[in-house]
Amino acid sequence: MMRFSTLIKHPADWMTGGQGEHGAVLTSRIRLARNLRRHPFPGWAKRDERAAALELLRPAVESLPAMKDAFSNELGSLSSVQKQVLVERHLISREHAARGDGSAAVIERRQSFSIMLNEEDHLRMQSIRPGLQLSSAFQALSELDTQLESSLEYAFDNSLGYLTTCPTNLGTGLRASAMVHLPGLVLSDQIGQVLQAVNKIGLAVRGIYGEGTESLGHLYQISNQSTLGESEETIIRRLERVISQVAMHEQNAREKLLEEDPEMVADKIGRAYGVLRHAHIIDSKEALNHLSLLRLGGTLGYLKRDIVITCDSLLMDIQPAHLQLHSGRKLSPEERDSIRAEIVRSRLQSVESPDTPFISNEGKDFPDTNPQADA
Amino acid sequence: MKCDFCDQKATVFLTQLVEGQMKKVCLCEACAKERGVTDPTGFSLADFLFGGTPGVPVIAGKAVPSPSTHGKKCASCGFTLEDLRRVRRFGCSECYATFHDEVSQMLRGMHKGLAHVGKVPEGLMATQYRHQRLEELRQRLDQAIASESYEEAAGIRDEIRSLETLSTGSTI
Repeated sequence: MMRFSTLIKHPADWMTGGQGEHGAVLTSRIRLARNLRRHPFPGWAKRDERAAALELLRPAVESLPAMKDAFSNELGSLSSVQKQVLVERHLISREHAARGDGSAAVIERRQSFSIMLNEEDHLRMQSIRPGLQLSSAFQALSELDTQLESSLEYAFDNSLGYLTTCPTNLGTGLRASAMVHLPGLVLSDQIGQVLQAVNKIGLAVRGIYGEGTESLGHLYQISNQSTLGESEETIIRRLERVISQVAMHEQNAREKLLEEDPEMVADKIGRAYGVLRHAHIIDSKEALNHLSLLRLGGTLGYLKRDIVITCDSLLMDIQPAHLQLHSGRKLSPEERDSIRAEIVRSRLQSVESPDTPFISNEGKDFPDTNPQADA
Repeated sequence: MKCDFCDQKATVFLTQLVEGQMKKVCLCEACAKERGVTDPTGFSLADFLFGGTPGVPVIAGKAVPSPSTHGKKCASCGFTLEDLRRVRRFGCSECYATFHDEVSQMLRGMHKGLAHVGKVPEGLMATQYRHQRLEELRQRLDQAIASESYEEAAGIRDEIRSLETLSTGSTI
């Protein structure tokens, strides 16, 4: 079995590969909820009933070909920092991290599949891919699901589909979502309109970081809400179409900003670069917002394109549990802020200061009239 | 109990599922009105879950089950109607049959449809079909033996045997 340290040693491919759609779509995620027949759902099961379900689930999941040499642990055997790291990597849910013995997580070596056992449902399976790849992520996960179905007896009803603990997941048990980066829409004040339109067609939008409606780092998650009455393909096709449209609006907003207010854009990116290169104390809110602008700078040609990869891996590495893991000890919030600044500074050490772009990533010419934003 | 937003006495209690998490909000009359608890679009999910009329806030005491359904209990896991009203989730897959009426009520407006379209666990379906067919054959075998049609019985027995070897390893 894979050790925790080996699992999280390297970032997964999907964490830094979201460069398609002009970098607006970071990741695509598919989740399927499944339950066993004749076993009470995890939240209602007594301790021994939960253990009995786990005894069936765990060997079935571990023997999946994709889970060969996977990371597999009961949650009780992980420290709270380890569990939090898995949450920050989107490999287990916050709810799952709160559980102990009787619940487990099985994570594929490359972190592209993870299966939570005895979460809210007996099985919560997940597949993550970089960029906009919901269909292929679903196909891959559905294959695992079909393999499991031969060894586990699923709770299924001809009319209600896969039976889940919460009726909001009935039917397909499918939640498809994409993480999108929308700084252009935020800076041009169009984000509200776009999100409202997405909401109107029955899709959910929420910020990835931050509470309530506030979104840090201009990052949003778009996902389906309805799971019953439409096939997986229909749900996914609609989401992919809407997400491509949102990405297109984002691209248009960026181009318009460059045309109409290149100085403002240069100033924002330059300031973000200055702060991140030289700060010694930085909280996660400030860091996320500046990283977002640096990432934007990468896609607009102010900075070398690979800054996008640096930003995407930093998104994960500056989270509280990742910082504590990095330092090998518990950190106070103050200590976290200075270690966060240290990590960001060292990663950006060799990044040259932003320059006025001569060509955008589209290959189109941009007027080189905007003044230099020197850090 | 005090209102979550001011110091007035709370009279409106709202439980809502947000991102699969149970959220409970206590409000006084004024805050409830101000925050649009009476707005059907803002709180529709809660309304569906309570099976109430959209737009009518859920007020403490209203969620008490009517006497006719009171005491319904899932034979398989012991989950009761009160549990359902409390946690808005089910105890086991059998609960969906036990609380069939409540399920239909909850599903109104929750999803794009009321019946499943999409993937089906084919292996499970095939096993269930085989299981059904076996039952049928065993009955016919009994009848054949009872009516002393031994030739027919032998044929049925062979068919049962071949189906049984197919289902070796199945959990049903």
